[in-house]
Amino acid sequence: MEDLFSIQLLSSTLRLATPLLLAALGGLYSERSGVINIALEGLMLAGAFTAATVTHYAGNPWIGLLAAIAAGMTVAAIHAVASIHFKADQVVSGTAINILFLGVPALLSGAFFQSTGATPQIPRGQLIPNAPIVIAFLLVPLTGYVLNRTSFGLRLRAVGENPEAADTAGVSVNKIRYIAVLLSGALAAIGGAYLSIGQSSLFTRNMTAGRGFIALAALIFGKWRPVQTMLACLLFGFAEAVSIQLQGGSIPVQFIQMIPYVLTIVVLVGFIGRARAPRSLGVAYSKE
Amino acid sequence: MDKRIMLELRNVTKRFARVLANDAINITIAPGTIHAIVGENGAGKSTAMRIAYGFYTQDTGEVLVDGSPRSIRNPADAIALGIGMVHQHFMLVDTMTVSENIVLGAEPGSIMALDMASARERIRELSASFGLAIDPDARIEELSVGQQQRVELLKALYRKARLLILDEPTAVLTPQETEGLFAILRTMREQGKTVVIITHKLGEVLSISDEVTVMRDGRVIGTMETAKTSAAELARLMVGRDVLLSVDKTDAKAGAAVLAIRNLVVQRADGSHSVDGVNLEVRAGEIVGIAGVEGNGQTELMEALAGLTPASGAVTLNGQDIVSADARRRRELGIAHIPEDRHRRGLLLDFDLSENSILGVHHRKPAVGVGPFLDGKAIRKRARTIVADFDVRPDDVDLPARALSGGNQQKLVIGREFDLQPKLLLVAQPTRGVDIGAIEFIHRRLVSLRDSGCAILLVSSELEEVTALADRLVVIREGKIVGEADPRTASAAEIGLMMTGGQSAGASLSAAERSA
Amino acid sequence: MIMSWLRSVLFPLIAVIAAFVVGAIVVLLIGDDPIETYRLLIGSALSWPDGIGYTLFYATPLIFTGLAVAVAFRCGLLNIGAEGQLYVAAFATAWVGITFANLPQILLVPLACFAAVAAGAIWGGIPGVLKARFGAHEVINTIMLNFIAVALTSYFTQYYYKAEGDPIMQTRVIGQNAHIPRMGSFVPGLPWRIPLNVAFILAILACVLVYLFLWKTRWGYEIRATGANPAAAEYGGIRTGRQIVLAMAVSGGLAGMVAIGDVLGYRFRYYDGFSVGYGFTGIAVALLGRNHPAGVFLAALLFGALIRGGLFVDIFSDNVSKDLVLVLQAVVILFVAAEALFRGPFGRFGLLKRSKV
Repeated sequence: MEDLFSIQLLSSTLRLATPLLLAALGGLYSERSGVINIALEGLMLAGAFTAATVTHYAGNPWIGLLAAIAAGMTVAAIHAVASIHFKADQVVSGTAINILFLGVPALLSGAFFQSTGATPQIPRGQLIPNAPIVIAFLLVPLTGYVLNRTSFGLRLRAVGENPEAADTAGVSVNKIRYIAVLLSGALAAIGGAYLSIGQSSLFTRNMTAGRGFIALAALIFGKWRPVQTMLACLLFGFAEAVSIQLQGGSIPVQFIQMIPYVLTIVVLVGFIGRARAPRSLGVAYSKE
Repeated sequence: MDKRIMLELRNVTKRFARVLANDAINITIAPGTIHAIVGENGAGKSTAMRIAYGFYTQDTGEVLVDGSPRSIRNPADAIALGIGMVHQHFMLVDTMTVSENIVLGAEPGSIMALDMASARERIRELSASFGLAIDPDARIEELSVGQQQRVELLKALYRKARLLILDEPTAVLTPQETEGLFAILRTMREQGKTVVIITHKLGEVLSISDEVTVMRDGRVIGTMETAKTSAAELARLMVGRDVLLSVDKTDAKAGAAVLAIRNLVVQRADGSHSVDGVNLEVRAGEIVGIAGVEGNGQTELMEALAGLTPASGAVTLNGQDIVSADARRRRELGIAHIPEDRHRRGLLLDFDLSENSILGVHHRKPAVGVGPFLDGKAIRKRARTIVADFDVRPDDVDLPARALSGGNQQKLVIGREFDLQPKLLLVAQPTRGVDIGAIEFIHRRLVSLRDSGCAILLVSSELEEVTALADRLVVIREGKIVGEADPRTASAAEIGLMMTGGQSAGASLSAAERSA
Repeated sequence: MIMSWLRSVLFPLIAVIAAFVVGAIVVLLIGDDPIETYRLLIGSALSWPDGIGYTLFYATPLIFTGLAVAVAFRCGLLNIGAEGQLYVAAFATAWVGITFANLPQILLVPLACFAAVAAGAIWGGIPGVLKARFGAHEVINTIMLNFIAVALTSYFTQYYYKAEGDPIMQTRVIGQNAHIPRMGSFVPGLPWRIPLNVAFILAILACVLVYLFLWKTRWGYEIRATGANPAAAEYGGIRTGRQIVLAMAVSGGLAGMVAIGDVLGYRFRYYDGFSVGYGFTGIAVALLGRNHPAGVFLAALLFGALIRGGLFVDIFSDNVSKDLVLVLQAVVILFVAAEALFRGPFGRFGLLKRSKV
């Protein structure tokens, strides 16, 4: 137990927090503009699968990363069109995307690699274990800047709080929301890519294991603000790191696995009352 | 004065589904004036100005700015032409600051960096020139209503508006704030701005405007110099007919007190009181009417009495303490409630009329048959009776409530509540959004319910309705009952005074037409 | 009236057709022939006795989860937790079947069934309470509870109920008295080897009961009113918090009934990983069936056929795997959800808008 607080634990925490942070920041843009993004899980899977597949064929993880971003944005576009243009219920639409990405990677991997969902292993030299971590943590101050110091951020916040006011001021509500959702797709995809070509070396079926939802919980815990969201992700990452350290000990593995999920529920129940969500969150905008 | 025309609507027509909101109207606004557009609710004034601001596009006709026809397809176009609008419901983002709200959509600086410093400078300049004192870094949610309105004005001025349209600007202001606003408007006029003010308050029109256009039922009735007209004439033009809303009723034969309220307090989320110590009594066989400007606690009072909001104080029904009884219990004890927002509170729009007719009594006979099962036949029979009795059209109880017109929906709600044979009826805004024929029907039924011994508490923002129906009239302001009046003899001016706290600037139509 | 009937049938039909079109494109991209694939898919689902037998067998759990999601939807709630609810129920049923194996069948079977429903109801009630009391959105909570359920049941299986030396994560077999008969026992022409069992009859019964519950009882009225317009429900004296918990508990209980067919009529034990996503498919079934028991029944049959066909396609086609069915599901959901544009305000999701995610 003495090595509980060690460098290894710290580095584990950072590595485990990274995919959460990337997805959560993506979710931040979307939700601050008023669009619920339950599909972070599916977006991460899309990113993870694309990154692994393209890296395998291209031999270069950076190309894989770019492809993952493109894939994430494309999938996010589906959610965007469904919820913004067709005014579908945003939670239902997001859930559909998640279901879609339980299945699509497996289908495609069956076609490309004759496997039931896993991509072939990628050699060590073609992985990017560190870059995404840096990207993730740099994005925190960058997001803060974008939100508070740029006109895009100002408009995004206005659209999320009072889309009518923004509309009256001449801001295109739907355009901002589309951009925000696409951004969330890109970031969540990077998070997923990190899982498959950074943290490990291949894609396996459903490898996100609920991280997309935990990221959403972190976002709520962090009151939709960048720095607080980062802290929340670090907390969840720490919990996961600790649970890995404790494995093989006297506590059964299943209880250790449960920790992040239980913590998420506790967070939601304990803090949801105090956190003030963007006022127009979840409500499609239409002119009277 | 410059004879050029600042804004002109020429032969403009606009139709929404079943309603012809603007019918070939002609409006001319001269520059450097304060121009009032008056009319009753639904006359088409807001629609006309929203067309000028680009919210709507006219079906036929032209909009001319500075003498040239323009195509204004959205607010951005209007803003570019120097037209600004301050809406009745403020378009402000509560969590952002004053400066952020003002620059939204017209942000200074580059794409990468907002230049808030220069924005603040400019805001301070504008504040000083027009007397609009405001702290640029305050958050909207910290400001009073009057201050928020100043932010809205600054928004328009920041975008170099030459013409400002204000839609019912004094609806939410106290008398002092109204005077403050008028001072600002006069300053603007001195500085060469043009102001259009949409209102139905004739006292204000006479005190601030240079010219006035009267609209009625979607048409422009006339335009004249304010100095050359009178409240009486304006009222007559606005209404076009002998308005005195009379309801045929005999005097009330009031019995014992049914509802007794002592020191009722309803708290808002922030701890302040929306209902601030109300004392009131309603006796059997009488209608007590509560008059007041909307937003002074009437809504909260009714919701508390219906058991939908927690409240403190003493509330008794025929002597029985009910202050902690929930909505279901209150209904069981004989309190019926016609809510002010029938779409939100009163109806399940996607359910059919039968299912709506049992809302509130769905858990007992006759709705319930054996055990927990609903008795479909009995429900439909009762529904058909209600529909026939209250002249709900169409009378097909399998139709969804959504398919009915506002008046028929309201009659259904009323029929349902009357069927309870209540001891006390709480009724708010009974004829809002209801057509004339249904209004008369509803009024008659309310009076006959009163005559059968029910105690009725009525809230309405239509002063004519309250004075016509009530046997006793009280006035509510800022959560308190501030006065009582005899509806048969009190003038609307007196009542208006109590409603607004002293300034006759807030006097409404009835005051004008009663002194005609 | 005709218009709304037409719309009830038309929109789901469009969604299904759209799904098949998208599926065809995916199949093409993978390099197979869509017509061949679909022929295999549909043909294998409709043959007798195997096709129809297995189709109904796969449809049975979907009827239960479809009803579960539909009931929750009627109260304005999105129950993504059917998966976890049926896991908990399956373990509970197996536990009863193992622990009380000596009871006579007439007692044991009802007891085991009760355990399934109760366990599911509790697991569904938890997020209901969290929502009613704390406003916590049921979507995330139910998803988290799914993971927790899987972990818990796995733990109990591994440490307490596994057969000695058995490498597979499954409990010991339940007592013989807990078995429920297969349809093959009394339907002529249906061989016993096809696992379609009386749970299917139970599912049909559940459809009828849910219909009666929602539209013919006062409890159902209160649930539907809460889902349609919580403010009006409150006005009508309905305690909306209570309705939320009730709806989620009923929903969970329905999902739990999946365990009856699987544990008591098929595997005769709790088997880790027994659910092939029945909970999530239930969402598609409910949406396609427009949250009405009759629609759910038909939609479940369709998806049951797809699962059956999907397995066949998986084995007999070159590149397409059974995951094609997941793609079809997701497209159906998207199209049904997008239909909101044509229907105006999505009244029944009033509650969803109230809580913040």
